[in-house]
Amino acid sequence: MSEIKKTLTQPIVANNPIILQVLGICSALAVTSKLSTALTMAIALTLVTAFSNLFISLIREHIPGSIRIIIQMTIISTLVIVVDQFLKAFAFEISRELSVFVGLIITNCIVMGRAEAYAMSHPPVASFWDGIGNGLGYSAILLTVGFVRELLGSGTLFGYPVLLTVNDGGWYVPNGLLLLPPSAFFLIGLIIWAVRTGQPKQRETAEFRVRPAPQSEGV
Amino acid sequence: MELLNLFITAVFIENLALSFFLGMCTFLAISKKIETAIGLGIAVVVVQSLTVPLNNLINHYLLAEGALAWAGLPDVDLSFLGFLSFIGLIAAAVQVLEMFLDRYVPALYNALGIFLPLITVNCAILGGTLFMVERDYTFAESVVYGVGSGLGWALAIVLMAAVREKLKYADIPAGLQGLGSAFMTAGLMALGFMAFSGLKL
Repeated sequence: MSEIKKTLTQPIVANNPIILQVLGICSALAVTSKLSTALTMAIALTLVTAFSNLFISLIREHIPGSIRIIIQMTIISTLVIVVDQFLKAFAFEISRELSVFVGLIITNCIVMGRAEAYAMSHPPVASFWDGIGNGLGYSAILLTVGFVRELLGSGTLFGYPVLLTVNDGGWYVPNGLLLLPPSAFFLIGLIIWAVRTGQPKQRETAEFRVRPAPQSEGV
Repeated sequence: MELLNLFITAVFIENLALSFFLGMCTFLAISKKIETAIGLGIAVVVVQSLTVPLNNLINHYLLAEGALAWAGLPDVDLSFLGFLSFIGLIAAAVQVLEMFLDRYVPALYNALGIFLPLITVNCAILGGTLFMVERDYTFAESVVYGVGSGLGWALAIVLMAAVREKLKYADIPAGLQGLGSAFMTAGLMALGFMAFSGLKL
């Protein structure tokens, strides 16, 4: 039990796929200007990672090493097709807003990375939970960024007005920068800074140190 | 003129790396040195200019609704198989390109070798194809879009590497060292590229 709990919770802060392993940033940033798209993306990715881990782990002993990437790709893209068709059928509006980014789950490095690094060498159940855990780590970052961007960028959460904007007769002047793509970079940079300040182990060492000014010896 | 416009749009305004965030994993991981960034950039241009037009043909003659009319099957709609076929073609194209370079242009193979397998999972490649399908480009447009978007991505990663090479001498707060500052740099570059929006010939 505690083993499962560990695989489940570790990727959320201590070993987060986005901010530590630098995986899956590709499609993460563009969908975070609204919470609803961020949440859909988070759920979709968590499910795809979990099930691709499960299926790959089930057949891991029958996959020849030289063609494993193609096999993993096939399994992953089949799962993504299922998700995409599901969204098109039941949440068409959101599926249109996400446009190509649902399809890009296929090349999301988290899914491939976990399949390669974990599912190929662990039993199915553990792999499934590892997939869920990493999906949650991804979701945590996505939702944090989405929350800040939607709240400060347009004064709403899930489309419901929270901070009444000036245009609607309120007091809040929305910060347009947060609706633009670059703001996601700054927010994730700040999250990384915050997490690494709390967890010194994750810090990277500088290649060059600034040398302290030489002591003058009474010239 | 239409095509030239599309080219400019693909390189600058809709830069895959800096306005759609595609290929970010490799973008942040391989941008520490200019030489490697240039190598990866060339590889992306080559693969992108091959796969986008090829996927365009697949989409037009096999997958899209009514595309199989030439085979006497006008009612078949296989567009749900899109992702699977596109990624399959990309993986195959990369593999064939790798073998071709190894056999006929060994110098280029040695320079690009390590980057080619990485490119299969680069979102910029699949992203380019998916944008092509979504916007319904013709074959000529897809060639231009493939070359343009590949060049745009290469331009972005080379610029990023140039900035990061200078940045390593900077005195950065401990928690922001490395990845954190790379994100900030990419953000500032994306802001810079937004200045191109609205550019038209």
